[in-house]
Amino acid sequence: MFPPAFAYSAPESLDEALATLTNEGESARVLAGGQSLIPMMKLRLASPAHLVDINNIPGLDYIDAANGYLRIGALVRHNDIVNSELVTAHNGAIASAAPWVADPLVRNRGTLCGSVAHCDPEGDWNSVMLAARAQVVAQSTSGERVIAIDDFVVDFFTNSLEPGEIVKEVRVPKYAGRGGGAYLKLERKIGDYATVAVATQLQLGEDGKISEAGIALTAVNNKNTRAIAAERALVGEEPSDEIFKEAAALAAQAAEPESNVRGTAEWKRNVVSVYTRRGLEASLAQARA
Amino acid sequence: MQINITFNGTAQTSDVEPRQLLVDYIRGTGATGTHIGCDTTSCGACTVLVDGTPMKSCTMFAVQANGKSITTVEGLKQNGDLHQIQASFKEKHGLQCGFCTPGMMLTSAALLEENPDPSEDEIRWAISGNICRCTGYINIVKAVQHAGEQLRNS
Ligand SMILES: Cc1cc2nc3c(=O)[nH]c(=O)nc-3n(C[C@H](O)[C@H](O)[C@H](O)COP(=O)(O)OP(=O)(O)OC[C@H]3O[C@@H](n4cnc5c(N)ncnc54)[C@H](O)[C@@H]3O)c2cc1C
Ligand code: FES
Ligand code: FES
Repeated sequence: MFPPAFAYSAPESLDEALATLTNEGESARVLAGGQSLIPMMKLRLASPAHLVDINNIPGLDYIDAANGYLRIGALVRHNDIVNSELVTAHNGAIASAAPWVADPLVRNRGTLCGSVAHCDPEGDWNSVMLAARAQVVAQSTSGERVIAIDDFVVDFFTNSLEPGEIVKEVRVPKYAGRGGGAYLKLERKIGDYATVAVATQLQLGEDGKISEAGIALTAVNNKNTRAIAAERALVGEEPSDEIFKEAAALAAQAAEPESNVRGTAEWKRNVVSVYTRRGLEASLAQARA
Repeated sequence: MQINITFNGTAQTSDVEPRQLLVDYIRGTGATGTHIGCDTTSCGACTVLVDGTPMKSCTMFAVQANGKSITTVEGLKQNGDLHQIQASFKEKHGLQCGFCTPGMMLTSAALLEENPDPSEDEIRWAISGNICRCTGYINIVKAVQHAGEQLRNS
């Protein structure tokens, strides 16, 4: 299989890439790891007239933890995250999700930023980013724009980028005090997309009460979705089995899964509840460690 | 578009259409050891090493290999001798039909470069993007362990 013909450019600077994207308008697409875009092009589900390959742009493969954020540049591959001590030190949910994204070969090539941009409701990263309150740094020829992840993930395969914008970086605020996070994913076989997955993140105040809570769900809605009522139930509370159970039940209510080959809707909702509770327990243990 | 690739150690210049997939480019040169299994990024039969890292060549364009070093199963052999991973797959019967074998060996060779003494779990995890429909993986794991031992002792 091969895709329809397209024009190709492989700029060696971000400015050059942005200029090409601006000139080509809506007919151009960014090519990052290509692990979603190329299969879609081969199946002719996507047929961009122009591909702007960003893989040759130096300086976009950074992970750093300066100035209050853990920052992940556009060319950081999933596998770079698996191997990053900086990520492990600063964000439990990102660290625990990375090994469960796709398979090792795809992880060697696919990027976190590409995945975030792709907005596949079965993709893992946007749930993690919603739970961790990420920000997307979008760059265009007219400058930089910071987009809260809640505003970035619009719908099924739809983000809020304007034509001409590139995701330069995705960043998450560092924990204010003690914090922890987890990503629990149920898959049919290793390397598969999620049947159901839940991202959780907790932060504790000086008094040991929950100061911030993030919970987001994968593959059970038409986009990755925050379980906002469940988060609210936790904030200000002393961590306990009871409050985690209550949050888990509320998270299950935020899921609107479909019955399909991966399981029935009722069962998936049940998995959301169990994984939310386990994820909160793991997040708490990490925050207290 | 003109591309320059180091293909199995030899510099090579070619003219390719941007939409040509790397796997088709490779097979077009006559090096048919790189297989197309699924053609949908799912099986790993098309695995090649791109600057030493295993990737699915059905999910990369040939133009993206410009300036890179590509190693296929044909490039594993050194000075006419089988690479240890090849010798071990033979020794431990790490294959049946052989369709997955080139990709499996390249992924395994890259693993052993990084981790010369992997545990069984680490081996199974590393090859989890390469699907084998025949062996049940048992002899593949044995072959990788055997290659690791031989390489450590050599
Ligand atoms: C077999 C297989 C299994 C997989 N399993 C999983 C899984 O379990 N979980 C999971 O989350 N994902 C999975 N994936 C998808 C994988 O994570 C991809 O790497 C990811 O979805 C896309 O990242 P990419 O860098 O490859 O992006 P590309 O394919 O290059 O691009 C995807 C889309 O995002 C846009 N884009 C990319 N980068 C940018 C940028 N910097 N700025 C603006 N737009 C951009 C592109 O234009 C395109 O529309 C799987 C893929 C395969 C092939
Ligand atoms: S042929 Fe490339 S992954 Fe199957
Ligand atoms: S030996 Fe037949 S697919 Fe692996």
